[in-house]
Amino acid sequence: MSGDRGIVGEAGVMLPDERLDPEDPPQSVPGPRPDQRRVGRYVLVIVMCTLLLVPFVPLIFWSVSHRWFFPTIIPDQLSDRAWSYLLSERSQVLEGLTTSLTIALCVAVLAAAIGLSGGRALGLYRFRGKRVVELVLLAPVIVPAIAVAMGIQVLFIRYSLADTIPGVVLVHLVPTIPYVVLVMGAVFANYDVSYEEQARVLGANPLRVFLHVTLPAVLPGLIVAAFFAFLISWSEYIMTVLIGGGQVVTLPLLLFSFVGSDPSVAAALSLFFIAPAIVLMVLTSRYLSGDQAAVGGIGRA
Amino acid sequence: MSVSVELVELTKTYKGTAEPSVDGISMTIEKGQLVAMLGPSGCGKTTTMKMLAGLLEPTSGDVRFDGESVIDIPAEKRQVAMVFQKPLLFPHMSIGDNVAFGLRMRGVDKKTRKLKVSEMMELVRLPGMEERRPGQLSGGQEQRISLARALITEPDILLLDEPLSQLDANLRIEMRDLIRQIQAELGITSVFVTHDQEEAVMLADRIVLMLLGRIQQDGLPQDFYEQPATQAVARFFGTKNFVPGTVRGRRFESALGTLQLGQDHPDGEGMLVIRQEAIEIGPGANSFEATVQRAMYLGTHVRVWATAGGVGLQFTVPPGVRHEEDETITLRLPMAQTWVVPMEDRIL
Repeated sequence: MSGDRGIVGEAGVMLPDERLDPEDPPQSVPGPRPDQRRVGRYVLVIVMCTLLLVPFVPLIFWSVSHRWFFPTIIPDQLSDRAWSYLLSERSQVLEGLTTSLTIALCVAVLAAAIGLSGGRALGLYRFRGKRVVELVLLAPVIVPAIAVAMGIQVLFIRYSLADTIPGVVLVHLVPTIPYVVLVMGAVFANYDVSYEEQARVLGANPLRVFLHVTLPAVLPGLIVAAFFAFLISWSEYIMTVLIGGGQVVTLPLLLFSFVGSDPSVAAALSLFFIAPAIVLMVLTSRYLSGDQAAVGGIGRA
Repeated sequence: MSVSVELVELTKTYKGTAEPSVDGISMTIEKGQLVAMLGPSGCGKTTTMKMLAGLLEPTSGDVRFDGESVIDIPAEKRQVAMVFQKPLLFPHMSIGDNVAFGLRMRGVDKKTRKLKVSEMMELVRLPGMEERRPGQLSGGQEQRISLARALITEPDILLLDEPLSQLDANLRIEMRDLIRQIQAELGITSVFVTHDQEEAVMLADRIVLMLLGRIQQDGLPQDFYEQPATQAVARFFGTKNFVPGTVRGRRFESALGTLQLGQDHPDGEGMLVIRQEAIEIGPGANSFEATVQRAMYLGTHVRVWATAGGVGLQFTVPPGVRHEEDETITLRLPMAQTWVVPMEDRIL
C-alpha cells in the first residue's frame, strides 16, 4: 500500500491503522523472492514492448523500401524517396503537423475545461435527471460521427464556421467531451469536498481553493482525460473532412491521400503521425499508472 | 483576539427536505468559553457549525460575532478556524506548507511564515516535522497538525467538529487534554462538536445538547446528570430508571411508595429520574422494598436488576456485596438525588 494518500482515491476508506507508522514497519509480504520478482517484471516489460512495437516494423520497412514484394522478408531495394519527399516543402507535412497540433491542443484544453466542470457535477452532486444527462453524454460515442457531422455542417455553413480551424475544433469537441466528462466524473466520485471547506475556513477564496486544492487533487485525472481528447482529435478524419471542407488539412487527411497510391510515403507518414502520441504518452505515463495514477489501483506495486 | 458568538433563531432547511435540520436555535457563547455541542449524529450540530463558519447559508436567523451580524461575510473572511473529523491535510504539500497555508492565503511573507510554523509545531508538540509528508504521520499526529494549521492565523473562533472521533482511545485522551490546554492558553472562543457525552463533560465549560435540530438543554456539565430537562436528555446521559408518578408539593407518589423530593417541582404527573449510582442499599428515608432479578459482576462494581412495585430498576453496588436472585432487599433514594421531569417524553 502506498503511503502517498490523495484527496482523490483511497482517502476516506483509509483506516488509521492502515497508515504507515514509522515505528512499526509493515511485515514483508510473503511471496517470490525480490530478485525473482524483478526478473518477472523485466520479462513482462519486454513482452509488452514487443507487442506494442512489432506492428511498426513493417511500416519502417515500407518507408525505406524501393520495392517490397512477397515473399521477401525484408525489402531487397532500399530508398530514401519517401522520407525526403515528406521532409520537402512540397509534401505539406509541416503545415499538416502544425494544423493538427493546433487543433488537437485546443480541443484538449477546451475539453479538459468543460470536463472539469461537467465531471464535477456528475461525480459530486445528485440531481434530477442525472441518468438522462449521462446517457445524452454518451450519445456522441454511440451515434456515427458522419451523421453528427452532416447535421452540424449545415449549421456551421450558416455561421461561417465551415472550412475554418475554429469550426474543426468545435466539431472535434463533440466526440471528445463525453470521454473527458466521464473520466472526470469518475475522478470526482472519489473526491472529498471537505478539503475545499477546510481551505475556505483557512482563508482561501473560491479561486484560490480551486488553484491550491481542487486542481492539484484532480490533476492526474485531468491530464489523462486531456490526453484522451488530444488523441481523439489527432486521429479524427471524417469530421475534419466534412467541416474543414478540404481547407483545413490535418495529418490524417494527408495520410489518407497516400494510402493505396503510395504505400512507402503512407508508411513514413504513419510513423510521423504516431510520434506525438508516443511522446505524450511517455510524458503522462506517471499519471497513467503508479503512485499518482488517475485510475486508482492500476499499476500500483 | 477572541469574540463572543451569538446565534439568533438560526434555521437551516436543506433543499428537498421538509423538516429543518436546524430548527430555530438561539444561544450565546461568551468570549473565551469552550462550549461543547453534544448530540447524536444527524441532530444538526455539524450543520450549525458550518453556518457559524460561513460554509453554509442559513435559511433564516442570524450569526453575530461581538454583537455584529456576520451573515454576509464569506467563510474565508470570518476569522473562524475549523478542525474537521478527518485531518484533511493537503496531500500535495509538506507538513510545513500545510500549517502555513492560512498565512499564505493572507499574503504573509515566507520568512514570517516559517517562524510562525515552527512556533505552532512546538505548540502541538511536533517540532521539526515540517519537511515530512502527510502520509508519513500517524492519525493522531495528523490531527494535531490540523489543529496547528487552524490556529496559525490566530482566529477569533475555533470550531472543532468531532476531531477525536477517528482516533483510538489513548490518542483521544491525549488530544483532548492538548485541546483543553491550548484553548485555555490562547483564551480562544471555541465550540467543540461531539456525540460522546463523556468527552463533552470532560472538555467543556458548558454543554449544549441538541436533538432533532433543537437545543434540549444548555448548561453546566453536572446539570445534565443531576437536573436533566427531559427524559430524552436523561436517557442521552445514560439514565436507565424512569418511574411514573404524581408530584404533590414536596412529595412524589408512585409505585415505589411516597418519596420525599429534594427540590420543588410543579404539581401533577411527572417522571422520576433515577441515576444508576443514586440508589443505595439499606433502610432509611425514602426507602422501599425490591426483588433482585439478576446481578452481574463487573470488576469495579456489581450491576443489579430489580423490581419494586412492578417497576424495573437498574443500579450499581460495590463489588463486595453479593445479591442472590429473588432476594428481597431494602433500597433507598437519597432526597438530594431525586429529580422529576415532565411526564410526556417530548423533544423540545
